[in-house]
Amino acid sequence: MNAQAAAEAARVPLADIDVSDPELHRRDVVTEYLRRLRKEAPVHYCANSAFGSYWSVTRFHDIMQVDMNHRQFSSDGTVVIDDQFFSGGHIENEKKRSSFIVLDPPHHTSRRSAVAPGLAPANLLKLEAGIRQRTQELLDSLPVEETFDWVDNVAIELTMRMLAILFDHPFEKRREMLHWSNVVIGFPGDGVVESWEHRNRVMTEIHEYFDRVFKERRANPVGHDLITMLAKSEVMSDLSPAEFLGTMTLLMTGGNETTRNSMSGSVLAMEQFPGELEKLKANPALVPSMVSEVIRWQNPVSYMRRTTTEDVELQGTTIPKGERVVIWYLSGNRDEEVFERPDDFIIDRPNPRQHLSFGFGIHRCLGNRLAEMQLRILWEEILPRFDRIEMVGEPTRIHSNMFRGFHTMPVRLHRKTNA
Amino acid sequence: MEIKFVEASGEVHHVEVEVGLNAMEAALQNGVPGIDGDCGGNAACGTCHILVDQAWLASLDTTRSEHEEAMIELIENAQPNSRLACQIKLDEALDGLIIHLPEAQF
Repeated sequence: MNAQAAAEAARVPLADIDVSDPELHRRDVVTEYLRRLRKEAPVHYCANSAFGSYWSVTRFHDIMQVDMNHRQFSSDGTVVIDDQFFSGGHIENEKKRSSFIVLDPPHHTSRRSAVAPGLAPANLLKLEAGIRQRTQELLDSLPVEETFDWVDNVAIELTMRMLAILFDHPFEKRREMLHWSNVVIGFPGDGVVESWEHRNRVMTEIHEYFDRVFKERRANPVGHDLITMLAKSEVMSDLSPAEFLGTMTLLMTGGNETTRNSMSGSVLAMEQFPGELEKLKANPALVPSMVSEVIRWQNPVSYMRRTTTEDVELQGTTIPKGERVVIWYLSGNRDEEVFERPDDFIIDRPNPRQHLSFGFGIHRCLGNRLAEMQLRILWEEILPRFDRIEMVGEPTRIHSNMFRGFHTMPVRLHRKTNA
Repeated sequence: MEIKFVEASGEVHHVEVEVGLNAMEAALQNGVPGIDGDCGGNAACGTCHILVDQAWLASLDTTRSEHEEAMIELIENAQPNSRLACQIKLDEALDGLIIHLPEAQF
């Protein structure tokens, strides 16, 4: 527990607590506010936020229940708090119903199933050797005993190398995907997007690129990349241009920010809990379990938003129809009723896979196995090379209530003595 | 009672199980590989996907709940005899049950 943050959270009147404020996330104090909500108001109403009113659900089992109940808690249209986000009314080449993450059955099912084979374990096996090789090359190229930024040089770089493999995108153009992803989730004035017109131009560029590549691979479907897998599916060929673009950008952004921040989170976790690193070094068979614990502890996606389709009772509170309901994975993953010492990073927990970070129900993360594989490979390759990844300054966090992650993380690598 | 898990590779695991457990718990408690059970038995994740042996389909209530159906629908290569192991409650009538594991959980 962070005592100072807990005291701060205790001072705010319950009704005034607004856990959607990105500042609370950037300062990394929001977990203490969420702890208070879990205890005092597990189904909490915030009447005034920058995004309008919304309900927060903060306990593990309640979150799972909402996530599974897609009839009463709909994803149709949007899964973020801000109704304006992704639509804004400014962009003619985007529609609100742009991909399966913002669709309910029956449309959701066929579209998700079209994408699934590309991310299924059997296909990932075919990509594993390539991802490992690029990870090895990157780790071998890093400076040792010198300060550098882990986020840009490793977390972002590795994620881009992986995306380039996943989409069979030219290696030398991998950072193009980073720019595209930043534009997709961006808005004017964020340092990337200059104006809605600028964003619109880039969105058109992305669409033209994916449309061209999709057609090429449909004519010659030989690879194991995601676009070739999609090109084999009839559903994908029938999508409207807006939905095609929405699906491609979902796949591009979905595996970007999340994996990147889990990679950085794993380094922070080992810094704060050095005993766990020693455990891992003594028993590398713990890598898969450690990976799940990183994903719980870092919790790269803080929440998903649903909208009630009718009045629903939850924990004795009635949420009226048409309300925003925010399920805080970040809170459920720290629920003290479910996890012992929930704030601590413990790589050999009894059931490390039973966390909320991928969500549950029909919208459960489709890239979960890929994410786990990348983190597993990263640590399998770190352990024989480096003794420690020392953090030489405070990491800076991003200003987002949705993604939990880092801007910068200054580190220094120490070589393994016998390596 | 006893259950038999057959891995995709053909490897067989005979496990002695307490009546009243579900088949996901039976696998996890006995170290049978290939079943994850990420949601802890709520039919919310689809990571305990199994195939019921054809010979046992008649003795098993194969009705899937709405949640189970929704999750199985999303599993690649799901079959008519696909079930989520956590939704199969083990009673004496299922003594000797044969369960086939898929190549991998998604």
